[in-house]
Parts: sequence; structure tokens; C-alpha cells
Amino acid sequence: MLPGIGALHVWHRNWQSWKGYALSFVVAALGGPIFYLVAIGYGLGRFVADIDGIPYAVFLVPGILASAAMNTATFETTFGSYTRLAEQNTYLAILATPCSVADIVGGDVLFAATKSVFSVTIVLGVTVAWGLVPSPLAIACIPVAFLMGLLFGALGMVVTARASSYQFFDYYFTLGLSVMLFFSGVFFPLGSLPGWAQAAAWLMPLSHGVAICRALVSGTPTMGLLGDVMWMLVVTAGVFAVAERLVRRRLVV
Amino acid sequence: MTAAVVEARGLSKSYGTRPAVVDLSFTVAPGECLGLLGPNGAGKSTTIKMLLGLALPSAGTLSVLGMPMTPRTAGAIKARLGVVQQDDSLDPDLTVEMNLLVYASYFGIGRAEAARRADVLISAAELGDYRHAPIRTLSGGMRRRLMLGRALINEPALLVLDEPTTGLDPQARRLVWERVRARKRSGTTILLTTHYMEEAAQLCDRLIIIDQGRILAEGRAPELIAERVGTEVVEVYVPEDDHPEPIVARLAGGPWRLERAGQTVYLYLRDVDAATTLPWLGGLEYSRRRATLEDVFLTLTGHTLRD
Repeated sequence: MLPGIGALHVWHRNWQSWKGYALSFVVAALGGPIFYLVAIGYGLGRFVADIDGIPYAVFLVPGILASAAMNTATFETTFGSYTRLAEQNTYLAILATPCSVADIVGGDVLFAATKSVFSVTIVLGVTVAWGLVPSPLAIACIPVAFLMGLLFGALGMVVTARASSYQFFDYYFTLGLSVMLFFSGVFFPLGSLPGWAQAAAWLMPLSHGVAICRALVSGTPTMGLLGDVMWMLVVTAGVFAVAERLVRRRLVV
Repeated sequence: MTAAVVEARGLSKSYGTRPAVVDLSFTVAPGECLGLLGPNGAGKSTTIKMLLGLALPSAGTLSVLGMPMTPRTAGAIKARLGVVQQDDSLDPDLTVEMNLLVYASYFGIGRAEAARRADVLISAAELGDYRHAPIRTLSGGMRRRLMLGRALINEPALLVLDEPTTGLDPQARRLVWERVRARKRSGTTILLTTHYMEEAAQLCDRLIIIDQGRILAEGRAPELIAERVGTEVVEVYVPEDDHPEPIVARLAGGPWRLERAGQTVYLYLRDVDAATTLPWLGGLEYSRRRATLEDVFLTLTGHTLRD
């Protein structure tokens, strides 16, 4: 089933519930990337040669943007959605109203994407101020963050639908997110990997986000990026359908 | 005769091979308060879930507010339902008022109208001083009153109350009853589940007692008591170190129905002059009282413990 107007109501509920915590969100959204840039970009970067003529700290920026989008959306639809599903009976309350399971999943994923936009905007602001963003095209990373938020939000929802406790997310964070963080071109160009590893990276959602952000930050977009966008759109639609089905199976017996 | 608000025919639901509801048929008439009574695991919650489209019937049909309950019609039906679920499902991060406003938005109620209704419901729930308080600062009774208020935000045609006072203290319980009675007076149709007999007797026009997914009895409380139990009950308490069997044997065959549960013997008297039976009990501790709905319940569902 497809989400309807109810998804916006669910989004609005999440917004109302979350806005009181906005300050802690901003601190977290700022803190993580700044530590990354300082420790890895400059600390480790001093021992790393320029990549394609780009200083390592600058090379790192798109990866940090993309992983910020990934992490923010993932936390929202894993820990956040699971709390609403299993701890606070929020979904149960919503399902006593005209809103459907598709509306709930749609609203949560939409909210995850909204938060991804916020965190990428914050990180972009910091890195621009830091002088690490060469091209004004980088502003387009913000809509990319929305798309990535939808994709990772839907993925998180799939995991949440199968979760029996918060500990369940350890599997996803270790085997899913960590692997993606290290092998999606965030820290080094994928071109340095053997062919089979590059093929595996193509299957990882984060690598497409990184590829798009990298081209935008350096101001060198190509038509090939449309392939990455298409990849994300198609996979998002598929993953969303699976998420809706699994959450429905969990809530409707 | 106006159409029934709820009509269930041959409704069944199994989880795997375990039947939860078996061939359940009942109707709720407009303006009526129907009580669904049963011990834990009787099938009450499954019935409510089917009514909300959260459990799909294995067999039978269910129509609510004149529409068959299907995944396609669920939204239209639920637009006109008010539901108080068993578990606390308030939004803990939102204030009392925001809980109502956000809930109103799920029904597509506009902001101004939602604010107006929230005002009325907050004062009816006697939560005026807590309008801007977060949910976690409310007592259990306040939360339940707010849940009830929230269920009314869409001015429902049918109010579904799933064990609305479980876990509340007597004062809080009576306040919830008062609110439910007010809805009854204003003509709202109500379907209520409970395992509190007093609650059922206080609020419901008609009762259905179910156990193991099946209907055991149906009717008005006084009729059920008169038909199934009688007028009076004598409870005879056998001392811990005595065997009840000789006493049961001595009491058997009288003008009453006899039941034993542990060390207690129950005598259900229909229309006997109880005074004539009392000498029989000489030396034993006993009490004599009017028959209640609880006696009907225990008679039908047995005295064994349910988990």
C-alpha cells in the first residue's frame, strides 16, 4: 500500500515530538563531523598525499556529508521508530485513526529524510566556513541528503520491523553501516580497490551518495551521476515497499 | 429498527493453530453500551483488534457503521471510531494539549477546530491545570482520562473501550465511569471490554460473556444473574485443616446449586427461604449475600486461575 496524506500527519507528529530536542541534535550534528575533520582530515591527513591534487581534508568532506545523511536517517528509523513501535505504542495509537501502516512508514521515512537535510546543511555550513568546499555546486548536496535520508530511512525501517530489542540494531550497525562507511569511498577513492570490491561497493547505497556529493563538492558533475540518482530512487522505492510490508506484518495479525 | 452499529457474524480468528475467537456473532445497536466480558485470554482483545482492522478474521464477517471491515474500508470506518486502547499510548514527549492536537491531525481535523475541541475535552477530563504539562508528569488516572478525551476528538459514532480502567485506583476508576456515562447520555454507542464485573454492571446495557473465544452467555445483567445464578449466594469457608468433602456431601442435594473452589463451598440459592438452610451450617464460618454478576462470571468461566 502507498502512503497518503496521513504520512504528513505522522511527520508532523514526529516534528512536534522532536523539536524540543533540536539543540542536542545541532550539537551532535556539529560535533561528529568536526571531530572527523580534525582527527582524520588534519591529523591523519598530514601523513596522506593529496588525492587527485586535492588535500586529504577536502577529499574527506563529501564522505562526511554523505555519512552524516546516512547516520541521521538511520538513527531516526531504528532507535526512533522502534521506540514508537515497541516502547511507546505510538503506532498502535495512530492505527486507531484513519492513518494506515503505509502512512506511518511514509511519515517516519520522510521525517528521517528531513533530519538528514538538517544535519547535512549544518555540516555543509561548517565545512564551507572552514574553506574546505571548492565549488558552489555543493549546495546541491542538500537535496541529495533528502534522497539519501529516504533510502536509509526506509532501510532502517526494514531492520526495525524485524527487531526484537534495541540490541538487534547492533547487527545492522556493525555489519551494515560500518562496512558501508569504510568501503563506500568515504576515506579513499574506490578506484584503488580490486574490481570485485568495486562491484560490491556499487551495491552499497552509501557509495552512490558519496559519488554524487564528491562530484558536487569538487564542481565536476558528469552525466554518470544520473545513474547514481536513478539507482537510489529505484532502490528506495523497493526498500520502502519491503519496509511497509514488514511493518504491516508486525502490526496487523 | 435502525441498522446495527457493529454486526459480527460467525467471526473466527486463529493464530497458527491456536483459536483465539471461534464463531462469534453479536450486534451493537445504536446508542447501546455493550460489554464484552471474559477472563484473560478469552478473546476480547482479538475481537477489538478485528474491529480496528489490526487482526484479519480467519472466517466470518464483520461490519462496522454499516461498512464491511476490510483493509480498503478500514480508514473510512476508523475516521468515525473513538478508541481507548488497553496500553498507555499517549505521546510522552508532548504536552496534554499537543497530544490532543496531534491526534486530531490524524483525522484531518483543522487546527482551529482541533483547538476548540481540545479545550472542551481538557476541561471535561479535569486536566485544565495540566494543559501544558508533559505526559510523564501525569498520574495513571489522569492519563486514562486523557486517553478517553483523545478518543473523543473526532466526535466518534462508536466508542471502543478496551479495559478502560485496568490498573486504576477506585477514585480514578469512578471518574472514568462518570465520563463514560456522560457519553452514554449523549447517545454515543459504546463497546467496552472489561474483567471488572462492577464496571460491567455499572456501565453496560447488555453483556456478552466470552471464554476461550466463544460466547457463553448474553443478556442484561439482572437477567443473567437471575437466570444463571439465582438471588442469593452463601459462601461456606471450610477450615484449612478440614477436608471439604464431608461438608460438600452434607450440603449436596439441597434446594440450591453447589460449587466448590478450594476450601470454599458456594451455595447458589434461587428462591429458597435462606433461613431454613442456615441451621445446616452450624459451627462453620459462612457469609450470605445477594448474587452478583461476578457469580455469573465465575459460574460460567470456572474458578481456576487464568494467566
